[in-house]
Amino acid sequence: MTAMSVAPGTEAPVLEVTDLRVQFATDRGWATVVDGVSFSVGRAETVGVVGESGSGKTVTSLAVLGLLPSPPARVVGGSIRLGDTELLGLRRRELEEIRGDEVAMIFQEPMTSLNPAFPVGDQIAEVFRRHRRCSRSRARARAVEMLGKVGIPDAARRARAYPHEFSGGMRQRAMIALAMCCDPRVLLADEPTTALDGTIQAQILDLMRSMRDEFDTAIVFVTHDLGVVADICDRAVVMYAGQVVEKAPIDDLYYHPRHPYTEALLGALPQLDGGTEVLATIPGTAPTPGALPAGCRFHPRCAHARPECAHPTESAADGVALRWLSDSVASRCVRVDELRLRGAR
Amino acid sequence: MTTQHTGSEPGSAAGGTEEISGPALSGRARFWRRFRRQWPAQIALGYLIVIVAVAVCAPLLATYSPFDQNLNGVLARPSGEHWLGTDDLGRDVYSRLLYAARISLLAAAQAVAVSLVLGVLPGLLAGYAGKKTDAVIMRITDAVMSFPPLILAIAVVGVLGPSLTNAMFVIGIIFAPRFLRLVRGSVLSLRAETFIEASRSIGTPRWRIIQRHVLPNVLSPLVVQISLASALAMLAEASLSFLGLGVQPPEASWGAMIERGFRYTAAAPWMTVFPGLLIALTVLAFNVLGDGLRDSLGREVRKAS
Amino acid sequence: MITYALRRIAMIIPLIIMVSFGVYALVLMIPGDPAITIAGENATEEQIQATRERLGLTDSFFVQYWNWISGAVRGDLGQSLFSSQTVTGAILDRFPVTLALTAAAVTVALLIAVPAGIIAALHRGRWPDRAVTLLTSIGISMPSFWLGILLVMVLALATPIFPAVGYTPLSESVLGWAHNLVLPAFTLGLAVCAEITRQLRGSLSDVLHQDYIRTARAAGLRGRIVVVKHGMKNAAVPVVTVLGFQVGFLLGGSVVVERVFGIPGLGDLAIRAVLERDIPMIQGIVVVSAAIVMLVNLVVDLSYGYLNPKVRQS
Repeated sequence: MTAMSVAPGTEAPVLEVTDLRVQFATDRGWATVVDGVSFSVGRAETVGVVGESGSGKTVTSLAVLGLLPSPPARVVGGSIRLGDTELLGLRRRELEEIRGDEVAMIFQEPMTSLNPAFPVGDQIAEVFRRHRRCSRSRARARAVEMLGKVGIPDAARRARAYPHEFSGGMRQRAMIALAMCCDPRVLLADEPTTALDGTIQAQILDLMRSMRDEFDTAIVFVTHDLGVVADICDRAVVMYAGQVVEKAPIDDLYYHPRHPYTEALLGALPQLDGGTEVLATIPGTAPTPGALPAGCRFHPRCAHARPECAHPTESAADGVALRWLSDSVASRCVRVDELRLRGAR
Repeated sequence: MTTQHTGSEPGSAAGGTEEISGPALSGRARFWRRFRRQWPAQIALGYLIVIVAVAVCAPLLATYSPFDQNLNGVLARPSGEHWLGTDDLGRDVYSRLLYAARISLLAAAQAVAVSLVLGVLPGLLAGYAGKKTDAVIMRITDAVMSFPPLILAIAVVGVLGPSLTNAMFVIGIIFAPRFLRLVRGSVLSLRAETFIEASRSIGTPRWRIIQRHVLPNVLSPLVVQISLASALAMLAEASLSFLGLGVQPPEASWGAMIERGFRYTAAAPWMTVFPGLLIALTVLAFNVLGDGLRDSLGREVRKAS
Repeated sequence: MITYALRRIAMIIPLIIMVSFGVYALVLMIPGDPAITIAGENATEEQIQATRERLGLTDSFFVQYWNWISGAVRGDLGQSLFSSQTVTGAILDRFPVTLALTAAAVTVALLIAVPAGIIAALHRGRWPDRAVTLLTSIGISMPSFWLGILLVMVLALATPIFPAVGYTPLSESVLGWAHNLVLPAFTLGLAVCAEITRQLRGSLSDVLHQDYIRTARAAGLRGRIVVVKHGMKNAAVPVVTVLGFQVGFLLGGSVVVERVFGIPGLGDLAIRAVLERDIPMIQGIVVVSAAIVMLVNLVVDLSYGYLNPKVRQS
């Protein structure tokens, strides 16, 4: 982990999301896809947001930048604070100033995330020039500098190349260069390594680590892959069906999960030592926002479910309440006190 | 010519095993369900049915003979006697419009029929025969498509002499590539599919494969094209008749009526306005119907049209 | 890029040969003996023979074609049967007028279609989109000559804002030229405008859902720049293709529009040639207009290289 004089995350958080609620219009009315999500990230800290597709993790990250398409989406409550600035309710103009400058984002699909019609360097320079209002040549120099920083050889020449002339890994490096060119305080990374193969994936993670340490950036790392989270994150937030089900520092989460869903995700990871062991999968499918089970939303798929999970005694409006077990660990499991869950080995 | 975006490339239609049983039937049911939601297309279809009925029943609906001249009542305004006024020879515009509908519709039908004959068979051939046949057919198609339609029609009519039949034959030739490309594209994409391979491997004759699998699949996009081509043919006929190169007097199509009215724009605007309105509405109906039909097609089929 | 251009040009040559052959073969379609048809039914045997020789009909068809095409390559399309003009000369006389008309029509079309298409794409499914869609459907369905006559009725006869007919050469008066061209350009441009609007609406709203548009927004680029710069350059390829397709339509449409507004362009020349059965003139006009269509499509294909960098390599 990062060894520094000031431990990451102990100062005031750079980005703080509190009780965020997002709804989508469906044929049968409004469906809540992000239901009271809270988390924060500090300077030079990396927080993982983990969950299956449909858990609301991508919607959460898009909401931070105000990029949710509206219609059909609407943010109905909560707060998103960047330092002292409340992002929810900002006008479009004000948000545009912040996007790409103080909060940047990289996406899953490096093949389609860069504009095919413009040279890669021009796309980076355009963003830098838009926020820094500098000369063209200064912006171009910055683009080349950033491409060099993300490890693209012969950056001055490659800056003039088009995205289709780059490999997938190179494009994701270029995306990182584009995102980091204005030295943002927060980087939102939505499955940035999912589309890449193993070796490239490790290289991109290394690159993100070194960029974080160089620029002191707070990173929100959205992924379905707990293995990647363990590799790069300091803390993690596990999401299921629009809710946070567990929050913990990465070592706690990994070795002592406090929610059966986290345990199940860990069980689904490929084991490094046991080559013969069959890969465990989580039975069933995630519920759709329109048809959530009563009580604990995970209980129909949970290996430890008891009848009381469907009718929790301490009933909250959103099923089961998230309960803090220590100052850094929280779980939404009804049986959290009686269960001894299995961590990764 | 412009190959990137014009050709209907063989789509990657999902060839599932379920399609062996009957690709046409289930598709057709889905098609009609979607079409029922396309109310503008249904209105258009209703309008077209009425127009055809009017053309067929023209003698019953007409209040005068379309050819009866009345030199005492030329260029009369619309009135109770002459609902849409009279023309420069005192003929009843309303009655002439009814009869002209026959000529306008038949002309469009003729052009589309020619296109179908010249498009569907060579299209099947281009899709099914070898690469060389395909290349030759496609080069000819490119050549035909390099002619500005109306100019070629004008030229041919100029050589053969003014006649609506000649003109619409040429228009039919010029529109044939649309059908040809459509059919060829469907054949090429179907050829790659498993159920065709299966049929062929058990020795089903080629014409039987075409009849059983290709034609049902290409039928719906073909209907879409027929509707859209009818609109274009109608406009082409109107233009040629307006130039005096289509139907010859005393017969008249809507376009020919406008040509006549054009000489009296100021004195008798009704001679121009009403036939033009009918052309525009009918062409609009064909276009709206075609668009509605296309939107009712499945995604895979839509790609080919 | 250069090899792409050269290959693309090479592809055109067999096409030109086929097209010119087709045009020349028009002579074969003349019913009966062309010489008799052209010289007139009451012509004497000598007159018919003279016509036959003037048309070069005494040679075999292929020799005739060879003579014609080798002349055409040098810019000599033959002699008009009814005037002292050469075909090339007559076409060159009229071409600038038609060029001005079509260029003005395309300008009008783009001036309307680009904003309309963008508005429709940005509001897909909502009322501005529905309004644009309805208007384009109507625009495509109106016969252009009818629209022209209606415009003349309203804007030239009822309220004399624009001249109903006539053409002023640009060299004579720039204002008069523009004044005369407004109604014809609008008439000719409307259907093209509708086609382009439809295409732009479709391709732009597809492009606006692409990941790189989300990237541009996430990087804080202003909404207008995202749409106009990042969206339009990618949406332009199908639009330019459609524009290229419209050239054939424009050339045909200009015949009709020139007739409505009394403009002495190529279309007027074509009608006159057809009425007089001036075969060399008809052939010349058809082959020139086909060549224009092919040339424009060549330019369209080459423009893909600019709009879509991937094409440049292949």
